[in-house]
Amino acid sequence: MASPLLDRHLHLKAIDTFIDPVQPRERAIITHGHADHARSGHGAVLATPDTIAIMKTRYGEACAGSFQPVEYGEPVSIDDVRITLHPAGHVLGSAQVLIEHRGQRVVVTGDYKRLPDRTAAPFELVPCDLLVTEATFGLPVFQHPAPSDEIARLVRSLEANPDRAHLIGAYALGKAQRVISLLREGGHDAPIYLHGALLRLCALYEERGIPLGDLRPATGVAKPELAGRVVIAPPSALKDRWSRRLPDPVLAMASGWMSVKQRARQRGVELPLIISDHADWNELRETIADTGAETIWVTHGREDALVYHCRQQGLVAEPLNIQGYEEGEEDER
Amino acid sequence: MKAFAQLLELLALTPSRNRKIAALAEYFAKTPDPDRGYALAVLTGALSFRNVKPAKLKEIVLGEVDPHLFALSYDYVGDLGETIALIWPHHGGTEELPSLTDLIELFNTTSKGELPRLISSLLTRAEINERWAVVKLATGALRIGVSARLAKTALAEMSGKDLQAIEEVWHGLRIPYAELFTWLEDRGERPDIDHAARFHPMMLSNPIDEARDLEKLDPADFSAEWKWDGIRVQLVAARGNVSLFSRTGDDIGPAFPDVVEAMMGDAVLDGELLVGADFAPGPFNDLQQRLNRKVASPKHLKDLPAFVRVYDMLFDGSEDIRALEWTERRARLEAFFTRHRQTRLDLSEVLDFGDWPTLAEHRRRGADEHGHEGVMVKLRTSPYVPGRPKGLWYKWKRDPNLVDAILMYAQRGHGKRSSFYSDFTFGVWKGNEIVPIGKAYFGFTDAELKQLDKWVRTHTLQAFGPVREVEKSLVFEVAFDSAQESARHKSGVALRFPRINRIRWDKPAGEAATLEEMQVFIGAT
Ligand SMILES: [Zn+2]
Ligand SMILES: [Zn+2]
Repeated sequence: MASPLLDRHLHLKAIDTFIDPVQPRERAIITHGHADHARSGHGAVLATPDTIAIMKTRYGEACAGSFQPVEYGEPVSIDDVRITLHPAGHVLGSAQVLIEHRGQRVVVTGDYKRLPDRTAAPFELVPCDLLVTEATFGLPVFQHPAPSDEIARLVRSLEANPDRAHLIGAYALGKAQRVISLLREGGHDAPIYLHGALLRLCALYEERGIPLGDLRPATGVAKPELAGRVVIAPPSALKDRWSRRLPDPVLAMASGWMSVKQRARQRGVELPLIISDHADWNELRETIADTGAETIWVTHGREDALVYHCRQQGLVAEPLNIQGYEEGEEDER
Repeated sequence: MKAFAQLLELLALTPSRNRKIAALAEYFAKTPDPDRGYALAVLTGALSFRNVKPAKLKEIVLGEVDPHLFALSYDYVGDLGETIALIWPHHGGTEELPSLTDLIELFNTTSKGELPRLISSLLTRAEINERWAVVKLATGALRIGVSARLAKTALAEMSGKDLQAIEEVWHGLRIPYAELFTWLEDRGERPDIDHAARFHPMMLSNPIDEARDLEKLDPADFSAEWKWDGIRVQLVAARGNVSLFSRTGDDIGPAFPDVVEAMMGDAVLDGELLVGADFAPGPFNDLQQRLNRKVASPKHLKDLPAFVRVYDMLFDGSEDIRALEWTERRARLEAFFTRHRQTRLDLSEVLDFGDWPTLAEHRRRGADEHGHEGVMVKLRTSPYVPGRPKGLWYKWKRDPNLVDAILMYAQRGHGKRSSFYSDFTFGVWKGNEIVPIGKAYFGFTDAELKQLDKWVRTHTLQAFGPVREVEKSLVFEVAFDSAQESARHKSGVALRFPRINRIRWDKPAGEAATLEEMQVFIGAT
């Protein structure tokens, strides 16, 4: 079951390199810019150029000793280990890591999704022997609906409540830009107002070639002007004093967790938008089958159900139980 | 069905009462008959149709989903109906779901054996939100916090009609309420209701706050009566037809022909239904036995005769006297009793008291010696107002009985509490054993609920589905109104209205009560 190449802490012993390490390490490969994957303080970081740009934006230019930008699909050889990054479809710059060594192929998916998303390069299926898969939505109750349907619900609510603002809770990296891009795709071209915490990353997305349309800071805008408008803020600002500047806001939240009404209610969300940047149960299962991997390591989320499912399919499967990833479900990253 | 599913979701998620009302009003305004009428009936719980038990629904799902994966999912989601709606693995029927009206018709006309197949096909055809609504409808358990009052308020909002006017006609209406909507939309006359022959919403009391209320209230302005331990009823007699209604307007006449047939004279009366010979009420359990049957058995009629202790009068003959003051209504009631000799009705006694301490003494002795629930205190000038108006009627309940009991099992709650362990079974010592004596699910604050939930999770011995058996070490001070012998409980004791008074984090389980100590409470009523 053990791989001579990779251990259960995602440590590549042969080249002493960690993938998404939680603690500062000499050498790290970073799958994407979310805080539970990309931390500051590593020595040498290997990642896609977009991920490196995101890390520098979030943590500063000096957040690692050195950076090695690697484009998707361009192999890098270190001793007799070959590393290739492939798009994961999760957020801008997100990558799966393919590791090849003496004929063995290992893929670490990082976070991924397979639904089309104009803000991230589309997921590529990478056949392998050992697959390390995420399991954020690893329960059969998670079957995400089409994002376009969810956006249609938002647009309907906007039309039905012209005197109220719509405040959407969305994470600063990825989800916010995805929601904006989906709205634009759905024909909503009015200005969209942003909480200050989202400004820098939205600007970065635009710089890296992803158009988001007319975006404005929400701060300093007179209350009546925000009626009938979409305002996006980090989820923590939903119930915060910050939201008092909005006219009678409809509280919405864009997240895969929103399919569970009980969770929506606990957070006081009136308009749950089931928009996820992670694979749902069906995608997770399909991907596992499609890679042809015979050994599956499950990490990052609800590991039990997915491990159980894999074993039912006759695969070798183990949970990794890595500490430090996505503790609470509040953080969909 | 789509619009109804959207409405259900909005009602479930919108915390604001006003927005719920607005959403309901909009739905009623936009939805055609008879769908809106059926929706109104379903939302207010006025309609019962053939449905499936949640356990049966689970069985249907387990035919399609691995049981272990289902168990993990249920544990995560916490609510059975929602788990089923989310986990259903087949989607994408081409047909749209039937309308609400057709759906209810389908539930009613499909045989029990065919129901699972119908539900499977509906779940497959449904979109994600509709699936949740189908599950809610199929199990007949909506539980989304819409009271009849809220729905009527929405109708008033939609039509601009007075809420009171809607209340007035309400109990004379028939599902799907076509004549109601005709009137509300000014397309026709107000439904013609024979007012004296209908159920009229009852007037309810507020609990008295001894510390705050008593000093502000002048005893001379109030009258007092015993609070009896039966059920509140309304007797409606008009032109020889007599009906007996429960507080919620259900006709329970067929279960109490002894009362209905003995009623003399035309009137609408408010009173307490009790069981016992010669107007001497027996324990609540006797009444419960009669309430358990839809139609009275000859044996019950003989051994457990029922009667009504009358508190108030709403109609004298066909005259509506609800606007009169209580003293005037009482005088009319007394005159009615002199006019018509009653064998199964008697008048509720008016208690004599000059000041609050005297009434407090009545209340204490009434509770200790006769098992009264307490006293009712009524403003002499009060009109009969439906609902629970402030400042007119008060109930001053007896002090509760208390017992220290040990937490044995905890179960997850429903609705808002479904992610917490909030239903608690507790017991007392019987020798070296602990035997359960009751179950309570309220009496604690939200903060305490969280603490209890945490305690349960860290002191679990074993779990059976949603129930956990816990270490027998946490003591609750349980308050209850009375205790009765019960063959159904292993302990032989059943408590009435148990609630958790205090959590005794400090108290060792060894100091909790024993079953022998419980005996003193039995027969106190
Ligand atoms: Zn992520
Ligand atoms: Zn993550």
